[in-house]
Amino acid sequence: MTEPAITPELVAKHNLTPEEYAHVKEILGREPTYTELGIFSVMWSEHCSYKNTRPLLKTFPTRSPRVLVGAGEENAGIIDIGDGLAIAFKIESHNHPSAVEPFQGAATGVGGIVRDIFTMGARPICSVNSLRFGPITDEKSEAAPAAGESAGESAPTHQVPAAIANNRRLFAGVVAGIAHYGNCFGIPTLAGEVYFDPSYEGNPLVNAFCLGVLRHEQIARGAARGIGNPVFYVGPATGRDGLAGAAFASQDLTEESAEQQRGAVQVGDPFMEKLVCEACLELLATGAVAGIQDMGAAGLTCSTCETAARAGTGIEIELDKVPQRAPNMSSYEIMLSESQERMLIIVHRGREEEVKRIFDKWDLPWAEVGVVTDTGRMVVKHHGKVVADIPAKKIADESPVYQREALEPAYLTEVRAFSLAGLADLTEPEDALLRVLAWPTIASKNWVYRQYDHMVRGSSVVCPGSDAAVLRLKADSLPELRSDRPVPEKFLALTVDGNGAYVYLDPYEGGKIVVTEAARNLACAGAVPLGATDNLNYGNPMNPELFWQLKESVRGLADACRAFNTPITGGNCSLYNQSPAGPIDPTPTVAMVGLIEKPEHITTQWFKDEGDVIILLGEPVDTADPLLGLGGSAYLQVIHGRKTGTPPRCDLETAKTLHTALVGLIRTGDIKSAHDCSEGGLAVCLAECCISRQEGRHTPRLLGATVHFETACRLDALLFGESQSRVVVSCHPLHATRVLERAKLLGVPALQLGTVGGGHLTIGTPAGGLTTSIEELHDVWWHSIARAMA
Amino acid sequence: MRFAVLQFPASNCDQDAVHAVRVLGHEADYVWHKETSLGAADAVIVPGGFSYGDYLRTGAIARFSPVMGAVREFAASGGLVLGICNGFQILCEAGLLPGALVRNRSLQFRCEHVFLKTATHDSPFTRRIPPGKVLRIPIAHGEGCYFADEATLAALRANNQILWQYCSARGELTDEANPNGSLLNIAGICNAGRNVAGLMPHPERACEPILGSDDGRFIFESMLETLTDRARAKAA
Repeated sequence: MTEPAITPELVAKHNLTPEEYAHVKEILGREPTYTELGIFSVMWSEHCSYKNTRPLLKTFPTRSPRVLVGAGEENAGIIDIGDGLAIAFKIESHNHPSAVEPFQGAATGVGGIVRDIFTMGARPICSVNSLRFGPITDEKSEAAPAAGESAGESAPTHQVPAAIANNRRLFAGVVAGIAHYGNCFGIPTLAGEVYFDPSYEGNPLVNAFCLGVLRHEQIARGAARGIGNPVFYVGPATGRDGLAGAAFASQDLTEESAEQQRGAVQVGDPFMEKLVCEACLELLATGAVAGIQDMGAAGLTCSTCETAARAGTGIEIELDKVPQRAPNMSSYEIMLSESQERMLIIVHRGREEEVKRIFDKWDLPWAEVGVVTDTGRMVVKHHGKVVADIPAKKIADESPVYQREALEPAYLTEVRAFSLAGLADLTEPEDALLRVLAWPTIASKNWVYRQYDHMVRGSSVVCPGSDAAVLRLKADSLPELRSDRPVPEKFLALTVDGNGAYVYLDPYEGGKIVVTEAARNLACAGAVPLGATDNLNYGNPMNPELFWQLKESVRGLADACRAFNTPITGGNCSLYNQSPAGPIDPTPTVAMVGLIEKPEHITTQWFKDEGDVIILLGEPVDTADPLLGLGGSAYLQVIHGRKTGTPPRCDLETAKTLHTALVGLIRTGDIKSAHDCSEGGLAVCLAECCISRQEGRHTPRLLGATVHFETACRLDALLFGESQSRVVVSCHPLHATRVLERAKLLGVPALQLGTVGGGHLTIGTPAGGLTTSIEELHDVWWHSIARAMA
Repeated sequence: MRFAVLQFPASNCDQDAVHAVRVLGHEADYVWHKETSLGAADAVIVPGGFSYGDYLRTGAIARFSPVMGAVREFAASGGLVLGICNGFQILCEAGLLPGALVRNRSLQFRCEHVFLKTATHDSPFTRRIPPGKVLRIPIAHGEGCYFADEATLAALRANNQILWQYCSARGELTDEANPNGSLLNIAGICNAGRNVAGLMPHPERACEPILGSDDGRFIFESMLETLTDRARAKAA
């Protein structure tokens, strides 16, 4: 087979700049082969090399006494949770594949992250996701156009029904794809979030998170250790699917690229993944494995050169031995294929039989394809010829690094100029509350999570629908190990958050809010955060204004992570998220994991009993904020059709004090419910406390409430403002006084708002109020998405 | 008592079934699908999951696994066999239970808590369920719509083989309470010999209060009481 000649055009087609290509030639001391060009292209893509983001990622706190494997060391970070147990978790994006083929794109996103977790030697026990789509309802026709709407704020263009239909198609396809993969694999999809915004039209975001559990001594390494050790390929045969998907993910998404790259979308087989996972865990338990790595992005290329680079060894493979699904595959295709569910395993010499025995038991293909060498080089042979010979460390660790130019975006001038002066206060609060609750971003996501098996593995203690999900760890959560040591039950809380509108309107404050909201959600469940993983979804980094968004928001994320002692243990960057209509809102999503000391501390968001006292922890409104929490709020977007204004300010000290106090109060046993106040403000928070408990199919458990505020404030700001660091809790009336006193002692403002009970939610303030039946509130909130998707 | 819990490729509720049996204070062993013997089992659980990736049809390939021969013999000799979710589908494919399970009416996977009415207490799987008790147990399936021809349905009714039906929280058999379109709201049935049963809901996920419901225990306790009675009868 003749390979194409390397021309400047071919180099450009591989997304390598002339300077990068010169660097390639310098590393090799010659012109690359076609296969080598492909290898450099994928390894130096943003997806694999983080060449545009590495300087920023270094600013994240990544260490704590609990961190056993830190960010960037391996396929996922690992955190100690005590008693010899540890958790491995990571989030990863599959945005571009999902834009092109939503079902398979999302499904393989789940598959990829699950593989990253069992590659670490952990049993994957929980899946979480964070999704973004264009609007699925015709918002513009519903929102009253506000007077004096100006250009410069991101006024979304009118949604034509075709665009909405396409958004729905993508949403339905992604959810079905996640459900298909996770349900079949047998992992509970326990938490998540979904936002709908015009900026994601044509470029949806699909961020998938997986968590696994293992004992400290079970941590596996992705290193090609032991000169002379054989290298095994296990899992299904390699095909032409997913060719160079990592490189595809590192370009702007255009209609042309989407069409051309449809072949870059992999096809997932969760059944195969389940078998590969069980076989790998069984093999790891034998001690025969010297190193293990999944073939994810950049497939065989990435797994071979990274394992060699980590161990400081070399690796030599023969492509003729690689199981192949299609005839006449070239070395370029075999090396760059992203066929799913494949693993590379380095086995201690002399223990090859154990691999064969276990993989035969699971009826899985395996092949011995190579050997670990002492040359430090990644050597690839095909049909008796050397097709690639590259220093492994140089390609894995010495990718180019760029300090991109950052420039404050012009639109921020308009955003900051927004004031409430021209905005009439609310006159129909009941109607506003119903509309905000029905807004798909705020409405119940039951249409989504009822398609996910969120209870398999018998450990889902708090299912989707509360601030954070709670998962129990028990002995059978762990991979098998011959050990008589008892495994104490432990309880983890999980959440994922990321309000892109805030980040768009103020990247630094918005970045802080992403982390703070995640930490607040964990506190509401009674948990103390252990660590977090981030997914940075942004536009083209070559655009200085978009890079400024990235840089500023990372600064905010990092500051907040330091404040809450939550190291970032790994994550993923997805740049180039833009469609022909423009870039997405800068959207960092953060998945955070916390530990709950005792089962009796597990707390949910819904009110429990009639007569309980409702207390607000935190100030009802941030009066130092000129927009009183309305900047970037759901209320402004839904009722006034405007996504503008400086978002609420996030004081990290205040937040930290609140979270510590809340967990302290929960541990006294006095708190019966805790719900954080975020999008939609106090009105939505209180409504959700009344309506979010679901007993079973078509059977909500509704509880009304009557509350009163003395605060003198605009009605819209008090009801719907999104000032930070507020939590609504409830307790037995006999305990109210001591909850209020303790909160104050702990440095948190606490206000008795009212009582639980009745068939209505009634909110009174000096500026007016509302009374609405909880049946009506529940109806619009619970069914809104299902009705849009019907 | 000893339960055998079958493991097919991509069974994924096998651990949950074993855990539930142990929570109830009994023993459970995994039996690999390539085995031809069930060992010293007192009862068999065919667990949920996606055996063989649901390829071809749910349960259609699993029924050919070597272990199913042993299950057939065990059932023929009167042994108790409970199929849960994919296990129910496998038992139907294997002909050990009548009827079939097809795509949900919604064409979507459904995972939620449902309410179940016990149609008869006259079975080894329902005898311990308190009369009038509405069970609250989760479902998680994409193909749980029970289907059978008129003659089969008539036989099921005539022989009292319908064990559980989807109902409202108050115990009414409404269409709204039916999560998948099953005929007669059928959630679970038994064979004519009453020793083989299958249901789409997951009782093994409802055996501990911390998981929100322990109503599933009544089903396992019914089986255990039956086994204890049989052991006593044998000893006597």
